Amino acid sequence: MARVGVFVCFCGANIADYVDVPQVVEEAKRIREVKFAIDYKYMCSDPGQQQIRDAIAQHRLTSIVVAACSPRMHEKTFRKALSDAGMNPYLLEVANIREHSSWVHQKDKKAATEKASDLVRMAVAKSIANEQLHEISVPVTKRALVIGGGIAGIQAALDIADARIPVVLVEKSPSIGGKMAQLDETFPTLDCAQCILTPKMVDVASHPYIELIPYSEVLELQGFVGNYKVKIKKKASYVNFKTCTGCGACWQKCPVKVDNEYNMGIDKRKAIYTPFPQAVPNKPVIDAEHCTMLTKGKCGICAKVCEKGSIDYQMQDEIIEREIGAVVVATGYDMWDPKPYEEYGVGRFKDIITSLEFERMVSANGPTNGLPLRPSDGKVPKNVVFIKCVGSRDEAKGISYCSKICCMYTTKHTILLHHKVHDSHAYVFYMDIRAAGKGYEEFVEKAQVDTGTTYLRGRVSKIYKKGDKLMVRGEDAQIGQVVEVEADLVVLATAVSAPKDNPDLARLLGISYDKYGYLSEAHPKLRPVETAKAGIFLAGCTQAPKDIPETVSQASACAAKVCGLFAGDTMKKDPMISTVNTEYCSGCQNCVKVCPYGAIVTDEVPFGHGSKELRTVAKINEGVCQGCGSCVAICRSTAINLAGFTDPQIINEIVSI
Amino acid sequence: METVTNQLVSIEKPEIVAPPDWQPVIIGILCNWCSYAGSDLTGTSRLQYPPNIRIIRVPCSSRVDTWFLIKSLQTTADGVLVSGCHPGDCHYISGNYFARRRFLVTKKLLNFVGFHENRIQFSWVSAAEGPKFAKVVSKVTEDIKKLGPLHLYKKENFEK
Repeated sequence: MARVGVFVCFCGANIADYVDVPQVVEEAKRIREVKFAIDYKYMCSDPGQQQIRDAIAQHRLTSIVVAACSPRMHEKTFRKALSDAGMNPYLLEVANIREHSSWVHQKDKKAATEKASDLVRMAVAKSIANEQLHEISVPVTKRALVIGGGIAGIQAALDIADARIPVVLVEKSPSIGGKMAQLDETFPTLDCAQCILTPKMVDVASHPYIELIPYSEVLELQGFVGNYKVKIKKKASYVNFKTCTGCGACWQKCPVKVDNEYNMGIDKRKAIYTPFPQAVPNKPVIDAEHCTMLTKGKCGICAKVCEKGSIDYQMQDEIIEREIGAVVVATGYDMWDPKPYEEYGVGRFKDIITSLEFERMVSANGPTNGLPLRPSDGKVPKNVVFIKCVGSRDEAKGISYCSKICCMYTTKHTILLHHKVHDSHAYVFYMDIRAAGKGYEEFVEKAQVDTGTTYLRGRVSKIYKKGDKLMVRGEDAQIGQVVEVEADLVVLATAVSAPKDNPDLARLLGISYDKYGYLSEAHPKLRPVETAKAGIFLAGCTQAPKDIPETVSQASACAAKVCGLFAGDTMKKDPMISTVNTEYCSGCQNCVKVCPYGAIVTDEVPFGHGSKELRTVAKINEGVCQGCGSCVAICRSTAINLAGFTDPQIINEIVSI
Repeated sequence: METVTNQLVSIEKPEIVAPPDWQPVIIGILCNWCSYAGSDLTGTSRLQYPPNIRIIRVPCSSRVDTWFLIKSLQTTADGVLVSGCHPGDCHYISGNYFARRRFLVTKKLLNFVGFHENRIQFSWVSAAEGPKFAKVVSKVTEDIKKLGPLHLYKKENFEK
């Protein structure tokens, strides 16, 4: 016979004001199995927990019901109280009489009390069917996978590796560095991006705990926290990195010219190329799409000039498999394509460029030697118009969120323009100036004074051509008039958007993403770097637009989370998982089909005792099972049950109301 | 299906008038990650809703067996609400898709055996949708009140 103890909490006034707590205790005492019931002001406090511990010993209780706040709040607290008293912690049930009764029925004390009593009765009924459960411990593979080699991925990889945990860093392009490697100077200090980034890139390449796999993609992730298996496709580079010295003879002689992605297509690169001079690893790859040797079988110049014989036209994609315990996703962002802004003449007028194109031009290692030039005639512009919020905060054409970094980088651009072309004048069309951050507002104010930039509050309605100039027409909302500015060059501060591959990657990793394609964190405030899937973390713009300092802090936070996960040799796992009763299992394998984790495999058992004939039954891999219960509901022969949420437990709750 | 249903004797008895103080009992089966968290948020936001619902927590809406729904109507409840994560947002990747399919079939089954299909209702409430949960519960309670008490299939009626 079950002996249940019921502990009803006042929660100060939170419950007691709207629910008649002594009445709930009296109702509980009427249940046959309840041998002890009491109320207390704060059950979660130490004296409250002590009452539970004492009662367990005194009244030989077999299960405990605490009627208090949501189990999502204090279930762990009370479970610990049970184990402290030498009782199995899973014999606890929590009746949620605060969030589900006192707080939502504040105008009807009688109904709230009745409901609270019902909830207690349901919890008592469930607890009678509770079983002793034990935490499962699973081994941990202490190696982390970092996807993306931008500043977020670099920082996370370095921080994890510095804790002497091996890291596999996968980067899509031939070099790590990401978007930050394309920047000239960074706000608000005007540090040269290359000067602060390239030492970190070199650190990654030389770190004994980091395995850098450039020019590769993640194909598949299987397993569960602490025990993932990843398949990585290493794209054929057609260059043997082991023998290549990076001398550059090949790309100097290559006759094929292709738009240079690193410089936003402003100049050309060769078909065999290193993305930029400071690339890590500094080894060229062949662009298979454009190389004439690979497409038409003609040329072969690079193989002839390579003294080391490193060129291998026969190279194939390679699949690399690694066992890892945790994943940091740092895939960064894409620049939003401003094509929908037809009224600006995007695509029609050559002298309208995006902010990243401007960034490349003013960059010291850029295609124009650091001078902004008009793409139409190569002249140095005098009047430059910057338009902010192109795509951002514009639900009709773009995206409704604020891209967060455009206000700051446009301010930086006005300074860089002023530095490079002293007699130039900048105009900025803006909606608001959002400069929240350490030293940001000061940076904007100083820039306005130093550069003499004209700030016009309002949106641009039209851009048209007049001679070789562009006329920018917009409203200045502060004087309430339409203004026109004659511009030599127009720079669009295009929005930050989620990488277009993010939904595919999210599906592959089994994590969720929002309507824009950004990967979703587990909790927006309290768990901003974790995903809902244990062991997968997010760093940088792949989660939402953010600037470099924020990205770096999030990456380091990811590293701390990974190190915490790997602190022990084994990991504790919740015992709320499915089990198969092979006696009942008919081997229909419907459960195998519905399991989202592939945790169910088939096994062979003898037909009867001593029988040599075998029959197929389901078998659950307890390390992989996450405890959703899909298999339990699909099972026709009720052979599967989910610990903690068994059929008897739930049916008991239903019939006891 | 329509014609078959019409030929069957309905379990619903619209001619039975509920006593004026009658209050329906509704069982809410909520998934732990979205709807249960959403219902907690309704509480922390102190949004009020009718006190007829009794909530049962399950890990995922896919854990909800048709058996639970039928058993509820047979024994204690006048109506059942099942709520899970929005399609695509399932904590367990695809559980709510299985649940959604099962519920469509369950509705047809209910129709077939003569229950009004509104006795069992489904919704998708995320962890951030406290106000939506209050709205859903209010609507379900209203619907069940309109349908009246579920006399015939109660356990005590069997035993008598």
